Amino acid sequence: MFYREVGQYKSSYPADQAIFPLSNDRIGVMIILLIAFIWPPLSGSQYLMGPILTQLLVFGLAALGLNLLTGYAGQVSLGTGGFMAVGAFGCYNLVLRLPEIPIVIDFILAGLMAAAVGVLFGIPSLRIKGFYLAVATLASQFFLLWIFDHVGWFTNYDPAGVASAPTQTFFGALTGEGRALEFLAPIDVIVSGPNATPETKYVLTLAVVVVLALLAKNLVRGMTGRAWMAIRDFDIAAEIIGIRPLRTKLLAFAISSFYCGVAGALYVFTYVGNADTEAFDLIRSFTILFMIIIGGLGSVMGSFLGAAFIVLLPPFLNIVASNLGEGTLSGAALANLELIVYGGTIVFFLAVEPLGFARMWQIVKEKLRQWPFPY
Amino acid sequence: MDAAEAQSHETERVRQFKDLILEVDGVFVSFGGVKALQNVGFSVYKGEIFSIIGPNGAGKTSMLNVISGFYKPSAGSIVFDGRDRTSASPEQVARMGFARTFQNIALFKGMSTLDNIMTGRIVKVKSNFLKEALYYPARNDEVAQREFVEGIIDFLEIQSIRKTPVGKLPYGLQKRVELGRALAMEPEILLLDEPMAGMNLEEKEDMARFVLDVNDEFGTTVVLIEHDMGVVMDISDHVVVLDHGERIAYGVPDEVRTNKDVIRAYLGEH
Amino acid sequence: MDLVDFLFFVEVLVGGLLSGIMYSLVALGLVLIFKASSIFNFAQGALVLFGALTFVLLTEVAGDFWMWTGWLAIVLAGAAALIMALQKLNVDGSAVKQFSDKYLPRMPIFIAAFVVIVLALFIDGGQNMWRAVFVTMLLFLMLTTAVQSPKWAIGVLLGLAVIALITDGAVTYRAFAVTLAVVIGLAMAIERIVLRPMVNQEPIILFMATIGLNYVIEGVAQGVWDADVHALDIGIPDIPFDFYGVYFSQFDLFAGLIAAALVTALAIFFQKTRVGRALRAVADDHQAALSVGIPLKNIWAVVWAAAGIVALVAGLMWGSKLGVQFSISLLAFKALPVIIIGGFTSIPGAIIGGLIVGATEKLFEVFVGIPFLGGGTENWTPYMLGMFFLMFRPQGLFGEKIIERV
Ligand SMILES: Nc1ncnc2c1ncn2[C@@H]1O[C@H](COP(=O)(O)OP(=O)(O)OP(=O)(O)O)[C@@H](O)[C@H]1O
Ligand SMILES: [Mg+2]
Repeated sequence: MFYREVGQYKSSYPADQAIFPLSNDRIGVMIILLIAFIWPPLSGSQYLMGPILTQLLVFGLAALGLNLLTGYAGQVSLGTGGFMAVGAFGCYNLVLRLPEIPIVIDFILAGLMAAAVGVLFGIPSLRIKGFYLAVATLASQFFLLWIFDHVGWFTNYDPAGVASAPTQTFFGALTGEGRALEFLAPIDVIVSGPNATPETKYVLTLAVVVVLALLAKNLVRGMTGRAWMAIRDFDIAAEIIGIRPLRTKLLAFAISSFYCGVAGALYVFTYVGNADTEAFDLIRSFTILFMIIIGGLGSVMGSFLGAAFIVLLPPFLNIVASNLGEGTLSGAALANLELIVYGGTIVFFLAVEPLGFARMWQIVKEKLRQWPFPY
Repeated sequence: MDAAEAQSHETERVRQFKDLILEVDGVFVSFGGVKALQNVGFSVYKGEIFSIIGPNGAGKTSMLNVISGFYKPSAGSIVFDGRDRTSASPEQVARMGFARTFQNIALFKGMSTLDNIMTGRIVKVKSNFLKEALYYPARNDEVAQREFVEGIIDFLEIQSIRKTPVGKLPYGLQKRVELGRALAMEPEILLLDEPMAGMNLEEKEDMARFVLDVNDEFGTTVVLIEHDMGVVMDISDHVVVLDHGERIAYGVPDEVRTNKDVIRAYLGEH
Repeated sequence: MDLVDFLFFVEVLVGGLLSGIMYSLVALGLVLIFKASSIFNFAQGALVLFGALTFVLLTEVAGDFWMWTGWLAIVLAGAAALIMALQKLNVDGSAVKQFSDKYLPRMPIFIAAFVVIVLALFIDGGQNMWRAVFVTMLLFLMLTTAVQSPKWAIGVLLGLAVIALITDGAVTYRAFAVTLAVVIGLAMAIERIVLRPMVNQEPIILFMATIGLNYVIEGVAQGVWDADVHALDIGIPDIPFDFYGVYFSQFDLFAGLIAAALVTALAIFFQKTRVGRALRAVADDHQAALSVGIPLKNIWAVVWAAAGIVALVAGLMWGSKLGVQFSISLLAFKALPVIIIGGFTSIPGAIIGGLIVGATEKLFEVFVGIPFLGGGTENWTPYMLGMFFLMFRPQGLFGEKIIERV
């Protein structure tokens, strides 16, 4: 009834190519974004902003990065954690050693570092594919973490190997007294470290993620995205229509790692506030792979839906457990149950709906479009 | 026998061509013990429809793979427009102006008809990923490509399946979309590997009409592999016949039709 | 290099080679499955953990577990007999026949039952009654869905009952026999219930599905049993052993012998038996094998069973070396570079690949890692090595070269 495309004719190609061709969708997304920016800070709930929403956004961004590589370009990677670590420790050192740089530029530079490393580890993709490549990406996962563990410089010689986000303002140290950008000081805010408010951290994360998600959406609906999908669906045919395999795959590795790197930087600065290598271990890489399988391979929105599932499952199970009564489900049992639910969901989606939640959502929309006259 | 000489046989529908566009000379390809091509050579004129025929396993597809750079011949040369390009990679070959379709459809299954055909424009786009990420700087280019592709969609009469995922299309339409993708590359030479295989009569006629139209309207040179003798003899300007990897006949359709070796090769099959 | 240095080098090398054999044990399972069905089974490591954990806990578990298991097995054997009887009475259109067709060996029913049992186990904190239900149901499930033979089900379940109720003294043998059956059952059930229905999917989708399975099995294994570290003693002391001034680990030597025996057994199996020959035909070309009437499905079942056995052996070896614990399934990851180096389809490749990986990681760690890099290089050397092999010899040392066609 309410969800209709009838009467919405597209008279030009640009209009037809818009991200949300239906005005219903467009308005819906605007409203959701508006609520996302305003409601959690107003609610003042730290739990909602931090462990729930910021976590969802950070991992959603990493999942989006992996989805560009795996879901769009078809190159399976088990090294996501390693690329996140590059961004995390890269950004930490930038802020620590060059506090003058505005934080957003730090994020971008951290992403670029991860992109460079990603390209390096993407080189084998020219010769190998499928699970052969997946195994090769394990090399990046283990090697990168080993480096961050063994070279003390990366964590500023912290005895426990933990990088703790220093206090940093949005525009950087140059807004300090007597520095070049002092005039910006009144509108500057602290965005990281113990003095940053959860509201600022959440809004900054959301802004970064929204912008990057939009850029990703633009990429995948343009020629770059088509080249990636062509390589994914039929690499030989792609080459024969003039797509340069190495360039296309390395670009996918670079952009994917950029996203993962920024996610890693956000993890340290706006989500947890610190990180050691354990935060980016192999389990993390798998978890992010699970997000895109469950959410939908080759879907920008699916990356976030999958992240939501994985982030919300543990608190959900906890609530179930506490409702069953104290002690019926022990902590260990819950952890194992989580493993089973994750794994079972993965198998279910791969067997039944390889395109994940994103596809299910589309099917729901199809149904809605026809409701209440389904013919 | 030489192709130019063959031209002198005047039949009603022999067209005249003067420039060579593709010269294949002494090509050898083998896989382990299988000799897929042995010393095969022929020349294709600019603007003609050229057919490669032969029984199953004769080496036709292998020849096309050599031309499109997917197989590297162990000996022999491929000259395109006067330049040697024997060792070019498939992607370089594509950018020189070759496009092809495949015997077993090689579409991008996860994408719609429109997107499949749009991939053919990748060789023509000027924008880069940074512009695309920002969308507006790349929009005009994208719209121009889209307009071109819509032209092809109209030409092939597949407007109604524009947004359908190609995996869901029937076989005949998939072949048509694959042709569309090749045409989107605006090729100088179009290589078609059995474009009419497995089609019913009506679909075959459509496909033959498209091929003739492309050749007529854009002057695109067509190299065609086809099993349907009727079609081949009707629309080709020159034909080369392969058997067991060797060239057994070469010339205008009328000559090939009456060639003893050809008759033997085809009869011997059964 | 003087003699002492040389002897030390040899000691490290041999130590590496022998520990590499342990990777080969896991890799063997991967190769078997890959040969038969082109599936890269990421869950092999979880199977190894499952086998080791099941065995060690069956040796520790209290008597009431065995009592429950025995009686349940008898009840289920009775049920299987009933199924068989109903199926014999296949008078067309009779109510009995309709009932048996409709309700009896139906996979969703069994899967649902299985889920309920696992949940019960979780809520009940691993009571022996539920563990017994789990073990017997797993076997029953496997035999009725994977093998689809009530006759087998009756036999195996009665055997289980006998073992559970009568063989009180022989703790180790009893545990081994039951573990073997359960692990084979699990492997076959995975193939039949999860992977076979997905047979037409892309290999990479199947690969990711096995990653999911890996999680499920790990969760079930630790949920049904527990997640503590258990010592496992299979009677071989891990003391060094002096050979002309070079010290070898006796245990590692034993592991090497086991691996050699396993490979020999597999080689004989594939060369001499009908199933083995069929498997080789399948590995060469699935379509061709199908068209000459080789029953692919039976082969898959046999191969998964074999992979289950290999996983159990690997689990016992790993478990007695390191203790049975979760990290076993992580160590099994190193079997991945092993088969990349050896080739995905080659049994000798799995062994040689294991030796290369073992030797390289030990030599590199001792002579480069510890002196110059601060140690811990074993974490990544196998994967880097695998990556280089992939770059320069993508099919591995013994794999067949892949030629793509269009
Ligand atoms: N990649 C390859 N690996 C091994 N053998 C190959 C390969 N490609 C082609 N061949 C062999 O080369 C020979 C010629 O094959 P080709 O596909 O060129 O024949 P064709 O003339 O196209 O036959 P058809 O009419 O059946 O399409 C065949 O014997 C084939 O088996
Ligand atoms: Mg062919």
